[in-house]
Amino acid sequence: MLRKLLTTTTLAALVASLGAGTALADKANDELLWATDREQAVADPYFNNTRELVIMGNTMWDGLLFRDLKSGEFVPLLATSYKWVNNTTIDFELRKDVKFHDGSAFDADDVVYTVNFVSNKDNGVLTYKNVNWMKSAEKTGSHSVRIHLHKPFPAALAYFAQAVFMMPSGHYDNVPTKADGKKDNAAAKANGTGPYKLNSIKAGEGIYMEKNAGYMKGGPKGQPQISKLTFRTIKESNTQIAELLTGGLTWIWDVPKDQAEKLAAHPAITVENAKTMRVSYLAFDVDGSSNSKVFMNKHNRAAVAYAINRESLVKNLVGPASVVIPSACHPDQFGCAQDVTTWAYDPAKAKAELKAAGNPDGFSFDIYAYRQREFTEAVIGDLAKVGIKAKLNFMQYRALRDLVWKGTTPINHMTWGSNSIPDVSAITSHFFSGGRDDPAKDPDVIKNLEVADTSTDPAVRRKHYKAALEKISAELYWLPMFTYAKYYAFSKDLDFTTTPDEIPRFYTAKWK
Amino acid sequence: MLYYSLKRLGVAILVAITVSLITFSLIYLSGDPAMALAGESASEADIENIRQFYGYDRPLIVQYFDWLGRALQGDLGQSHYLKADISSVIFERLPTTMTLGACAISFGIVLAIPLGVAAAMRPNTLVDRFALTIAVIGQALPSFWFALLLVFWFGIIWRLLPITGTGSWLNYVMPSVALGYYVTPAMMRLTRAGMLDVLSSDYIRTAKAKGLRPMTVLFKHALRNAIIPVVSLAAVQFGFMLGGSIVIETIFAINGLGFLAYESIQRADLPMMQAIVLVLACIFILITFLADMLNAFLDPRIRVA
Repeated sequence: MLRKLLTTTTLAALVASLGAGTALADKANDELLWATDREQAVADPYFNNTRELVIMGNTMWDGLLFRDLKSGEFVPLLATSYKWVNNTTIDFELRKDVKFHDGSAFDADDVVYTVNFVSNKDNGVLTYKNVNWMKSAEKTGSHSVRIHLHKPFPAALAYFAQAVFMMPSGHYDNVPTKADGKKDNAAAKANGTGPYKLNSIKAGEGIYMEKNAGYMKGGPKGQPQISKLTFRTIKESNTQIAELLTGGLTWIWDVPKDQAEKLAAHPAITVENAKTMRVSYLAFDVDGSSNSKVFMNKHNRAAVAYAINRESLVKNLVGPASVVIPSACHPDQFGCAQDVTTWAYDPAKAKAELKAAGNPDGFSFDIYAYRQREFTEAVIGDLAKVGIKAKLNFMQYRALRDLVWKGTTPINHMTWGSNSIPDVSAITSHFFSGGRDDPAKDPDVIKNLEVADTSTDPAVRRKHYKAALEKISAELYWLPMFTYAKYYAFSKDLDFTTTPDEIPRFYTAKWK
Repeated sequence: MLYYSLKRLGVAILVAITVSLITFSLIYLSGDPAMALAGESASEADIENIRQFYGYDRPLIVQYFDWLGRALQGDLGQSHYLKADISSVIFERLPTTMTLGACAISFGIVLAIPLGVAAAMRPNTLVDRFALTIAVIGQALPSFWFALLLVFWFGIIWRLLPITGTGSWLNYVMPSVALGYYVTPAMMRLTRAGMLDVLSSDYIRTAKAKGLRPMTVLFKHALRNAIIPVVSLAAVQFGFMLGGSIVIETIFAINGLGFLAYESIQRADLPMMQAIVLVLACIFILITFLADMLNAFLDPRIRVA
């Protein structure tokens, strides 16, 4: 707390007072330097599950498809066309003008190898959830493949666009063997088809990429503009800001709101607040598995829902790109119905619900959270106004999720990023299909989600997702809170467009 | 002397094993490492896969002794996050932290000893108060706060020094000052106390009576004796700096062992954390052991205590 107070009153408080004239050096070097707080030593999107590698995966590799953010449609990238043969089979025709960074030509063998390799559990893909829906691939021509799924999986197109990157055939065949006898697949040298190629990795310092001059022409990603792209690890956000101000960095994100607002006054820095796919929610212990049985009573859940001023929280704490959400998903995701039962802020109704529950003076319980303590404290403050006393238990994510799975949390205030997959199956189906994360295990919800998750008919999917989401909202298994927004800060010299899926497209960036 | 050395060595080994056992337990108390490795949006299946893949499904005691057995044979294992040989990673980054520690302790000594001597030469005067003030500030100022102030003034406003990295000796200036200032007070006060004690002793009075020059008395006769405990303290503080460089390395993005430790804790890279703690504990214990030996050599009374 002391540290936060001191740090926020040092650099961020003072940088705004600095004048113009800070000519940033990276434009002259034609190098875009970006930094986050996490070290990346493995440049392989299958063996590193961080957000940074999702970004680099989309920068150094390509998928068969590409999501056009303007239309929301999936268009061919490494493919030229695709066709659903039936609910579990999809055919792709492939481009013939694509080369990997090592100069080898891309063809059907590469797709077959990649799909069969990553979908094999024994190969230890860290992001297995992203690929385990694929069963196998077979070559149907030199530049055509057929991919078989284990079961109908309509979100497949989203994964083909954002999570299934093509590796050259035999890519992992000659990796070294570790002391325990397992193959060290993460040691394979990065070799993709994407707009940037790997130059070098320096553990603890950064990942150095350069423009792929031979990148495919006429593709939806366009042509990379900036010669060098360098990722650096700088843990401390104040140091990131200091480097941004002195030209040591071109681009940072996750800037705290108070610091972002001060940085925005600096003439050499652009600050933008952009939405993300992450949502915040309160999950109630509706089956009474925790010591507190209070949330088995729907009136008590309703009292909590009415008591929280989510609009105020969004406006004052999260950022202008954040919105309050009515249903248990992100509004940008396919099937995320918005016309469901809502619980708008109304303290009078909250008190009436408390009375109906037989708790006119309120009640006490433990609330658990792991991220942005101030958000949960704002919730606690709102609840206190109607007599509901919540005691905050703030802990690390891994410890909290363990408690959630054990069912010992009366309310947990959590978030979910859906791996940026724009489909309701990446969130609602994850949390309400009867698994350990499901607080209610409602048979109606489970059935509707199962139908929606296994149909390739968009109308059927929408209908059943809506039914599930309506039940979740009406019964208040979750109180969906808001979408997260993220502050970006970058050099005024940089022409960069923020995107709503937390996957910055550095290959579209250019100098002004 | 041999019996004393063996006794100290035995204690040192027991301390190293205890430290590693406590660290191992604390890591598990802070949550499921498989869940931390899997990340926030991982499914149950992903987490279970990781648990089995890395052997976290085995009993805790089995995991600990499995690790200890291999560590005793020199195999510190593989980092779950960096996917690299832990020994290589640690010994690649140790020189950076050692360099930072050496620079910081040098800065601390260069600042503390003259201040301590000056304060002892003029006790209870303005000079003494000035030296004491510097010491108090050093003790009271959190190192991260001091580091941020250095960044602001020397990095952003005056643009005199680079803020991050280890590309040149200039990169070490701010981190060394921020880290070294923290150890200055203890050394300064010890120098002052030692000098006051020595300066009032008979042999100094004799030296002065023989007509030796004041500087000769001060540096050749007084300081050489007064500084012995300071050397011991500096050795221990150096060990402390290796472990205590976490914050400074984080602020200045220095790719050393402290930064690696911080990262490993955050991503629950169990084998890496264990190895770092073991290596740092061994270095610290070794330095303390050497300091004990030095003291015993210099003062025979310690050997029989």
